[in-house]
Amino acid sequence: MLLEIENLHVKYGNVEVLHGININVDEGEIVTILGANGAGKSTTLLAISGLVKISGGLIRYKDEVLNKTPAHKIVRRRITQAPEGRRVFGTLTVAENLNLGAYTSTNHERTRKNLEWVYELFPRLKERENQLSGTLSGGEQQMLAIGRALMSDPKILLLDEPSLGLAPLLVRTIFNTIKEINKSGVTVVLVEQNARAALKLAHRGYVLEVGNVVLQDSAEALLSNSEVYDAYLGGKG
Amino acid sequence: MEEFFQQLTNGLAVGGIYALIALGYTMVYGVLKLINFAHGDLFTIGAYLGLTLLTSMSLMDSLGVFFGLLLLVLMVMGLVGLIGVLLDQIAYKPLRQSPRLSAVVSALGASIVFQNAVMLIYGARFQVYPQDILPRIVINIFGMPVPLIRIMILMASIFMMGALYFFIQRTKVGTAIRAAAEDQGAARLMGIDVNRVIMLVFLIGPALGGAAGLMVGLYYGQINFTMGWIYGLKAFTAAILGGIGNIPGAMVGGILLGVIEALGAAYISIAWKDAIAFFVLILILIFRPTGLLGERVAEKI
Ligand SMILES: Nc1ncnc2c1ncn2[C@@H]1O[C@H](COP(=O)(O)OP(=O)(O)O)[C@@H](O)[C@H]1O
Ligand SMILES: [Mg+2]
Repeated sequence: MLLEIENLHVKYGNVEVLHGININVDEGEIVTILGANGAGKSTTLLAISGLVKISGGLIRYKDEVLNKTPAHKIVRRRITQAPEGRRVFGTLTVAENLNLGAYTSTNHERTRKNLEWVYELFPRLKERENQLSGTLSGGEQQMLAIGRALMSDPKILLLDEPSLGLAPLLVRTIFNTIKEINKSGVTVVLVEQNARAALKLAHRGYVLEVGNVVLQDSAEALLSNSEVYDAYLGGKG
Repeated sequence: MEEFFQQLTNGLAVGGIYALIALGYTMVYGVLKLINFAHGDLFTIGAYLGLTLLTSMSLMDSLGVFFGLLLLVLMVMGLVGLIGVLLDQIAYKPLRQSPRLSAVVSALGASIVFQNAVMLIYGARFQVYPQDILPRIVINIFGMPVPLIRIMILMASIFMMGALYFFIQRTKVGTAIRAAAEDQGAARLMGIDVNRVIMLVFLIGPALGGAAGLMVGLYYGQINFTMGWIYGLKAFTAAILGGIGNIPGAMVGGILLGVIEALGAAYISIAWKDAIAFFVLILILIFRPTGLLGERVAEKI
């Protein structure tokens, strides 16, 4: 087991929003976390990245408990997140954003190779290298957010709704790229509201509902599960 | 023409000083969204520490004027930078999760503490810088005489601003500072230790402010424990003028304010000299609240 989330509780102020969830991620997998708006998907990823405090349970990564590890040190463990809403640095150029992605890296050769790889995955970023990223389109910003995360050479890549607000064609491009990234050996945790597309890509999935895991199964099983279908894939949505 | 030239060079020198102080306001505001009201007093402390070091260490005698002054500036910057870091650790850091107003009140409190400490240690009267530090040389530029000290101050502030600009724009740590100013959470996701960034900002800003205090002492020859108030306000105006949070803006705003003030004092009325800055502040707040270069700050997605 590469990443193990056990009985995780998270509170914002006095309000508990995760009520003891369990999620496991094996090396090499794409695991998707599905659920409606407000279910607690982003909170789960933020807890893994150390950006929100954990009030109970534990997050274990390769035998190490990460509960109290500050966010900037989580990145050094090679767990990197492309957060919800992209959050690229708009006043910085594309190249500066990518270089910040490699902030923790001390291996210049590696960083150079990663940059080459990112430009290969997203040629558009190369073309706009010196442009301020605030001027990029939504899709380009998403590419930048993913590319920037890849610059840290992650073992686990956490993606929070990469398809949000993108045109269908672009979503397909992004999802194909995620598959390619996974094939190169990066384990992926993919949070999505676009459940069908996510399940087609993922190996396994979890369904969150108001802070609880209500379903977990292989992606195939979830795709053919009528309950999931009704709730997330076309029913009441 | 001669009068204009004198006022212009004087305005540039004073503007450089404003700019150095303004950078401290703008950098702290950039990462914490906090107006560090104690910043003007750090400037005062720089002036007083400069005086103490100058009179107690006879640096010029042993090192010569140039290296003596250089070492003096570096010591003042280091000490005031250290005080800035301590100020943050003691007065602001415990309040990071509190409502913003708490930190503002804490800043006002720190300002009072600093001001009183300087008064208690050095006394309430004006203190005089030794007058024989720099040879009283006058340099001719385009046939017009300009005091050496004025040129040195202008060059020193331009050098410091250039170095800061290079650091912020071209180095990895400088880029991290800009990133943290834009989105702290995202910066942490890059592996940036935002606490370290804040510490660095509280080292650099006060160091530049302290250097400015020393420059005022050298330029005007006398200092007072309340000087940080008026210089602080003017530098704050300069920061707003350039767009608060914007580093090149603080530089441009400082220089511009110095020049406007000097020319205004010469051609409108010397009695209105201090009022000019506030007139500028009011105009900016009415007509261009984001400051001259503010659009780059507002350019958030
Ligand atoms: N910073 C915050 N402060 C308070 N409540 C929050 C905060 N962020 C999220 N929440 C609440 O926590 C719950 C889970 O949110 P989130 O994890 O963002 O859900 P999802 O990503 O599945 O849409 C929601 O009820 C949301 O309103
Ligand atoms: Mg979310």
